[in-house]
Amino acid sequence: MSLYLSVAIIVLIFVVIFQIAKASEYVSILKGEEASRQQNNKINGFLMVAFLVLGFVGIYVCNKAYYGKTQMAQGAASIQGQKVDEMLFVTLIITGIVFVITQVLLFWFAYKYQEDKNRKVFFFAHSTKLELIWTAIPAIALTVLVVFGLRNWFFFTGEPPKNAMVVEVTGKQFGWIFRYSGKDAIFGKKYYKNIDPATNSVGIIWDDKYAQDDILTEQTMYVVKGTPVKLIIGSRDVIHDVGLTHFRLKMDAVPGIPTTMWFTPIYTTKEMREKTGNPNFAYEISCDQMCGNGHYSMKGVIEVVDQEEYDLWMAKQKPQYFTAFPEKDPSAVPVAKADSTTKATTAKM
Amino acid sequence: MSHEAALHNHEGQGHDDHGHHEHHDTFLTKYVFSQDHKMIAKQFLITGMVWAVLGGLMSVLFRLQLGYPDASFPWLESILGKWAKGGQITPEAYYALVTTHGTVLVFFVLTAGLSGTFANFLIPLQIGARDMASPFLNMLSYWFFFTASIVMLSSLFVETGPFSGGWTAYPPLSALHDASPGSKSGMDLWIIAMALFVVSSLLGGLNYIATILNMRTKGMSMTRLPLTIWALFFTAVLGVLSFPVLLSGMILLIFDRNFGTSFYLSDIYVNGVGALSNEGGSAILFQHLFWFLGHPEVYIILLPAMGMVSEIMSVNSRKPIFGYMAMLGSLFAIAILAFLVWAHHMFVTGLNPFLGSVFVLLTLLIAVPSAIKVFNWLTTLWRGNIRFTPGMLFAIGFVSLFISGGLTGIWLGNAALDIYLHDSYFVVAHFHIVMGVASMFGMFAGVYHWFPKMYGRYLNNSLGYIHFWITIAGAYMIFWPMHYQGLAGMPRRYFDFSIWESFKQFAELNRFISTVAMIVFAVQILFLINFFYSIFKGRKVTVLNPWESNTLEWTTPIRPGHGNWPGEIPEVHRWPYDYGKDGHDFIPQDVPVGADETDTH
Repeated sequence: MSLYLSVAIIVLIFVVIFQIAKASEYVSILKGEEASRQQNNKINGFLMVAFLVLGFVGIYVCNKAYYGKTQMAQGAASIQGQKVDEMLFVTLIITGIVFVITQVLLFWFAYKYQEDKNRKVFFFAHSTKLELIWTAIPAIALTVLVVFGLRNWFFFTGEPPKNAMVVEVTGKQFGWIFRYSGKDAIFGKKYYKNIDPATNSVGIIWDDKYAQDDILTEQTMYVVKGTPVKLIIGSRDVIHDVGLTHFRLKMDAVPGIPTTMWFTPIYTTKEMREKTGNPNFAYEISCDQMCGNGHYSMKGVIEVVDQEEYDLWMAKQKPQYFTAFPEKDPSAVPVAKADSTTKATTAKM
Repeated sequence: MSHEAALHNHEGQGHDDHGHHEHHDTFLTKYVFSQDHKMIAKQFLITGMVWAVLGGLMSVLFRLQLGYPDASFPWLESILGKWAKGGQITPEAYYALVTTHGTVLVFFVLTAGLSGTFANFLIPLQIGARDMASPFLNMLSYWFFFTASIVMLSSLFVETGPFSGGWTAYPPLSALHDASPGSKSGMDLWIIAMALFVVSSLLGGLNYIATILNMRTKGMSMTRLPLTIWALFFTAVLGVLSFPVLLSGMILLIFDRNFGTSFYLSDIYVNGVGALSNEGGSAILFQHLFWFLGHPEVYIILLPAMGMVSEIMSVNSRKPIFGYMAMLGSLFAIAILAFLVWAHHMFVTGLNPFLGSVFVLLTLLIAVPSAIKVFNWLTTLWRGNIRFTPGMLFAIGFVSLFISGGLTGIWLGNAALDIYLHDSYFVVAHFHIVMGVASMFGMFAGVYHWFPKMYGRYLNNSLGYIHFWITIAGAYMIFWPMHYQGLAGMPRRYFDFSIWESFKQFAELNRFISTVAMIVFAVQILFLINFFYSIFKGRKVTVLNPWESNTLEWTTPIRPGHGNWPGEIPEVHRWPYDYGKDGHDFIPQDVPVGADETDTH
């Protein structure tokens, strides 16, 4: 009912506007083309300046209302992020100056040079000097931005420090799987045809001697504050993207082609909760590449903790090998029977 | 005045001078299978408008979901059926709407609707030709577009839904039937529609190039062409060189989808299906092929708007366009660079960092010709005598939007910032302003300016003013705040943000944006009413040259027939921008250079 009502109201408004517009056309014919053009010029010229002024007021209001809700206000949570923020501000200042100058000139000229019978138009077809000026100035400004940008780019995409911990991230429709290399610090080989959603979600080759201490977790990844983390990123099905808003980085997860990214977190999750005043704060991993109907819900979490807490957490993790082959788990030996089966399987392998 | 005299003269001569192809036009040959470039232009325009309404309506629907994620609208269920169970749009439907909105607006509206309309309409009229080099291919170009439209439309009615993997159609999502319901037969229809579209755009493009190069009237040297024609020329060259690459990418995709090849597929395990046998392909290959078209496509959309804005701005400032050769040079530079920057869409795909740095450099280089264009437009206004016709307003609006959206391109083109902002709402804001709304403004400017030539009547001025002011204010209100959402890292293509601690703070802003989007859409309907009403009932054009413009299209009769000029095609003696020269308000191109005239540009 309310739908029909609102449709009726909209139609009515349309009819009214349309009739007024038609009437104004008759009026302008009566007035003569010249006179009505002058009137239109006056109105629109005024609106040009009004739009300019209101536009800047609008920008101010918008900034006041929403700046506090952006990441900029919160501050970056990684050293990479701090560099990104720094660069954002430099870029904002340079482009901001250009924005203000050009928009003011545009709308001001439109207002100032609206038709006037007495003005003689300035026949000004070209000026090599002026054109050189506005070729050179943007070129110089851009050189600054490019140099600044590329230094950061090569830092972000370069090799992480030697002490970096390595975590493998695998995207799937619609969630994240994390693999730690375990005590030997080497990941076991994997092959996608070995994938078994229940026990081997990334397709580890169990025969590989490095594979048996690998640890798998889902949805939540633990990393240590102050220690560089290198992510080796892959996907099981379609393209996903590891989006780390708070660390200001992202990298695609492509099936068949591993990618990497590294960052150094500088605040623990707890510290961030205090810093933002939000008790529910979490370092969320958002999927930033369209991956299907559940794309919007493909969430992971990074827990940034200190070394001590990390060690405690790690100690509780069980290698995935023992989930795949529970009978080989040394902590489940007490029963004698289990022991003999383990031997048998090992012999076969 | 000589023009009035010429008008009467032509009318007196009647129809005989149409020459060899005066024949009995039936309804079918005049309005449907027409080979007259002006009629084909109108066909492109109106088909484009139909798509613009559909695409716009889709955006209103998905904005409804983003603005009111918890509300339920029973009437939605009665329109969309199972796609809006309980009055709430489903994620499948949401993604289908977003995808179709993108595809349709980029290709069907801003490519076919924009270049298709104005290249067809303006090229022969402004260069002084009776028609296109091949009117028949031109007709085919439209009918391929029409067929593509029908196939795309039919994909909306497939049981598993239209394609829903984003307009960029990245495999493996688009290649695997089981990865998403939208990747089933909806995707096959999508590819077929795109393939037909590519054929249409190639037939059109080849025709435009051939016509501009070979069929200029006497005296119309290349440097006397209006900037509109130059822009349409570069647009056509871009299209002809890049669309085939998209077609090849699509063909490989069809093979991967249906014939078991592995061009884009490797190491895939699909939930519920298991491991696929495809190995050795590269999903990134498709992105290279796609963006090799995809980036030039941005300029295919933007250049015609730039060309028309240059022309309209000069006419209504009563002043020559500033720096004709610089405008031309910057168009050329943009056209070249358009082919060398595609991988800036792929900074976060694991691209080689060195390669990335090359693309940063080349991408930011585009800012230089863009800056030249902006400053030249500003100087064109400076000390002019501006008439605010609705066309002129939209041209000024275009420049404003091009500045705003172009500057954020400097942020995104810098890989070290893109690594943060990529695929966030910042990108949505950027490309909607600079490519979507700005080109739309160019198109509106063109429609308002050349409507009198198309239909022999004027559009209603007051409605034009209302249309302009609400649209530009609305466009900024919709897209400006999205930059803030992007700076909060809010990813695009999310159906619902309420489960995200990092992004849910914008619920109120999303509602605001959705409301403004609906108002802006309603105002576009007002434009449509104005358009169709004015075709039949608008104020009649009574003078040959209502905008007092220099270009050749205004030397034709008010309602030109097939063949454009009843008599001889006029000879050109000067460039098209002699406004305010030697105390004359304007000197049309077909007026011989006087003995006492000062040297031109």
